[in-house]
Amino acid sequence: MADSHLPASAALPGGASDGHYPEKPAVRRRQGLASLIPWFFIALFFLFITAFLILPSITVLLGAFFENGAPTLKFVRQIFGRHYLHAYIVTTELAALTALIATVAGLVTAHIVQMRGTPQWVRTGITSFSGVAANFAGVPLAFAFISTLGTLGMVTVWLKVIGIDIYSQGFSLFTFTGLTITYLYFQVPLMVIVITPAVQGMRKEWREACDNLGGSSFTYWRRIGIPILTPPTLAGFILLFGNAFASYATPYALTSGLIPLVPTEIGNLLSGNVMAAPQLGQALALGMIVVMGLAMLLYWLLQKWASKWR
Amino acid sequence: MSNTFFDHSADFGRRHFLTLSAAAIAFATALPGISAAADFDQALVDAAKGEGTLNSIALPPDWANYGKMISTFEEKFGLKVNNQSPNASSAQELQAIRSTKGQSRAVDVVDVGSSFALAGTKEGLFEPYKVSTWDSIPAEMKDADGNWYGDYFGVISFVVNTNIVKNVPQSWSDLLKPEYKGQIALNGSPMGAAAAFSGVWAASLANGGSLDDIEPGIKFFAELSKSGNFIPVDATPATLQSGQTPIVIDWDYLNLGYQKQFASTTPLQVVIPSDGVFGNYYAQAISAFAANPSAAKLWEEFVYSDEGQLIYLEGFAHPARFNDMVERGVIPEELMNALPPAEPYQQVKFPNSDQSEKAQSTLQANWQNEVGN
Repeated sequence: MADSHLPASAALPGGASDGHYPEKPAVRRRQGLASLIPWFFIALFFLFITAFLILPSITVLLGAFFENGAPTLKFVRQIFGRHYLHAYIVTTELAALTALIATVAGLVTAHIVQMRGTPQWVRTGITSFSGVAANFAGVPLAFAFISTLGTLGMVTVWLKVIGIDIYSQGFSLFTFTGLTITYLYFQVPLMVIVITPAVQGMRKEWREACDNLGGSSFTYWRRIGIPILTPPTLAGFILLFGNAFASYATPYALTSGLIPLVPTEIGNLLSGNVMAAPQLGQALALGMIVVMGLAMLLYWLLQKWASKWR
Repeated sequence: MSNTFFDHSADFGRRHFLTLSAAAIAFATALPGISAAADFDQALVDAAKGEGTLNSIALPPDWANYGKMISTFEEKFGLKVNNQSPNASSAQELQAIRSTKGQSRAVDVVDVGSSFALAGTKEGLFEPYKVSTWDSIPAEMKDADGNWYGDYFGVISFVVNTNIVKNVPQSWSDLLKPEYKGQIALNGSPMGAAAAFSGVWAASLANGGSLDDIEPGIKFFAELSKSGNFIPVDATPATLQSGQTPIVIDWDYLNLGYQKQFASTTPLQVVIPSDGVFGNYYAQAISAFAANPSAAKLWEEFVYSDEGQLIYLEGFAHPARFNDMVERGVIPEELMNALPPAEPYQQVKFPNSDQSEKAQSTLQANWQNEVGN
């Protein structure tokens, strides 16, 4: 918008007559068409957003607040009951914990990949693996972990052979800890993918300038590196938080909903064979939308804040 | 004297029967079209043929022999069955009735869990209809007004991968033995999967609970979970075969189906536990907004005919009219022999809707707190 500079003639007041400048309209029309192209794609994007984000959200909103056409707070009140509130707390804990660990690990990994001394094969290896692992989720991921760290998993059995029985030590894949480990498998690579461009954007000249002005490595990170990397890192953290917060298939396959997470609770209510309470499910989904809305708002604020550093 | 008379009559009966069936076969081969429709109301068959298709939903081909049910129906009446979302759940079936209203692909018939049959009736989603064999469906398995009618039932059983488990558990109390550490699983969450929900209920019946009290079942699973015998993995045929979950608690008809399906690769054994038998049924209903109302009625007539009911039984699901058919002696011996002993099935009592709702809220309040760690 701000960079679409119209020719000076456009600045003429009140759409001045083009009669004196026969070549102008042609120029202007071409520009008009050209400037329509981005709008066309923006419109497509909004169409998409409307169909797959806004309309479903409205449906959820109506389902959560209306019963048989009459407004009601019944369902929203139910989600503040002990059971569902607990599910929100556990889901938030799991999402925040895995996002935090993955943010740190992803940042370090991205930095190592960028370091001058890192061999090329390590670089390509990590980058390719991240692309694959970040999208490896759901039932296949759960079963991969069951066959690795489950009660009869390969690693579990190997450790048993050398005399370490992790399950009798209190470890279990089917607990909060197990879910955390499983989530990290896709969270860390996702962070690597998200943060790599920012790490790559750190200019060599900044480091050199810092060295030339007598700054130590510590000074560089404290005064330059961390301030510049903080906004994208926080934004990455929020993305990871949302990613974990909405995971459904992985925790269901691993724990059958034994650990109360909001997505699996919604699944039971909306698409189960036992309980039919779709509107309560919609109220729970509304709660998720609120949480994710807050995350997006935070993300947007961070983006604004981040732009000051550029 | 009565003996000779009896023998004679039996002899006469058998011969008479043979002649009759020979005639019937000859008749059938001569005029397949007519004989196929012989047991069915011709006007209904014609009306259904005029519609040409039936929109069914959520009928997995390997579940209760629905694959054969559909193909037999198609062949017999020359109708095309569009079976949408074979793996949909009961909740999604009701949603499909609501959301496909007024379209040519609107759902005609559903097969839903008993609590969803009640919910759909309350909402007015079903078209009442009484099949011609209505009277022989047990009263506790049907809606008095004909909104829905139970089609088949199952009981909770164990399926055991004997490659891994040498000593097959025979009862719920056996499952507590330390040798089964990390081996026992349900097929999902008891709050979402009907078989898992029923599994907890069966365990309750074995541990002093009742249809009014599921809590002992939760306590039992809490104990299994604490000892590490129970793992909360969502069990599937794959986890059963690979040995990740070598003991799975599920419906008898599914477990017996797996046993048959994997006979050549994995030795499986199916056990109806001796100390706690719990059963529940699924129900058929015709959508109030069916795109093909006549085809829907014909489908129900077929499903509830002896032929349709026997197709369920071939898929190890006990049809609603099972007792009536046993009495009339129309179940082939080899089919009876393929089933587990009949005794536990005669004890089965189904929970009513109040009991189901009570059990659900008890589970919701206590399952994760007591069984989770």
